[in-house]
Amino acid sequence: MKGPVDLVFYVLAAVTVGSAILVATLPNIIYAAVALLFAFFGVAGLYILVSADFLAATQVLVYVGGILVLIMFAVFLSSRISSVELSNPVHFRLPAAAICLALFGVLAYTAVSPAFIPKPQVTYQPTTAEIGELLMTRYLLPFEVASVLLLAALIGAALLSRPDRPDIPRPDMEEP
Amino acid sequence: MALDKMLVVGAALFCCGLYTILTRRNAVAVLMGVELVLNAANINFVAFSHYVSRMIGGQIFAVFVIVLAAAEAAVALAIFLRLFATTGTVEVDTADHLRG
Repeated sequence: MKGPVDLVFYVLAAVTVGSAILVATLPNIIYAAVALLFAFFGVAGLYILVSADFLAATQVLVYVGGILVLIMFAVFLSSRISSVELSNPVHFRLPAAAICLALFGVLAYTAVSPAFIPKPQVTYQPTTAEIGELLMTRYLLPFEVASVLLLAALIGAALLSRPDRPDIPRPDMEEP
Repeated sequence: MALDKMLVVGAALFCCGLYTILTRRNAVAVLMGVELVLNAANINFVAFSHYVSRMIGGQIFAVFVIVLAAAEAAVALAIFLRLFATTGTVEVDTADHLRG
C-alpha cells in the first residue's frame, strides 16, 4: 500500500476517527447523529480499501439508509426539538476518558506488535459472487437463523411501539 | 503492511464508542455508541480477513453483524418510544423500575 492509496487511507481514517470523536463529544444530539453519518461513510470507504466491495455497499444501504434514519426518528420522536441540548446530560467525563485512553493504548500497542503474520501478497478481487455463493451453501444455517431473527425483531418492534388499547388494563409503570 | 493501521483505526473507533456509552445518559446517544463499537468490530473482521486469513469468512461475519445491528436498532427504537410514553424521557437512569 504505497502512494495515493496511502493518502486515501489516511484521509478516510481521519474522517472516520474524527467523526467518531465528534459523536462522543458533541453536546447536541442532532449534530452527533450527523457526525455518525460521516463516520459510517468513512467506514464504508475503509471497507473498499480492504477489497470488501459488497460490504461497503451494504454499509451504505443498511447503516446510512436504515439505522441512521431510525436513530433520527428516535431523536425526533422522543425529545422535544427545542430542548435537545438540555436533554443530553453527560456524566463521568474524566474517568471515562481515562479508561478509554488507557484501553486505546493497550489496543494500539497490540495492533502494532508483530503478533499477526500477514499473508505474503494480498489480492483485490470482487467478492459479491463469492459471498452470495457461500451464503447459500456453507453459511446457509446462519443465513436462515438471521432471517428468523429479523422477523422476530420486526414483530417485536411493531408490538412494542403500538399505542395502548384502552380496553386492556395496563399494569402501573410509575415509580414503586 | 497496513494491517496495523486498520487495527489502530478500529481501536480508536471502539474507544470513541465506549466513551459515548459510558458518558451519555440519553438512550439514543448510547445506541449511537453501540453502533460505533459494532463498526469497530466489523473493521477488525474485514482487516483480518483481507490481510491474514485466506478465507472470506470475516466479511460474511461482518454481514451478519450488520443484520444484527439493524434488528437491534429497530427494537431499541420501539423500546425508546415506549419508555418515552411511560416516563416522559429517554434517559437511561430513569428506567430502573425492575430494581428492588
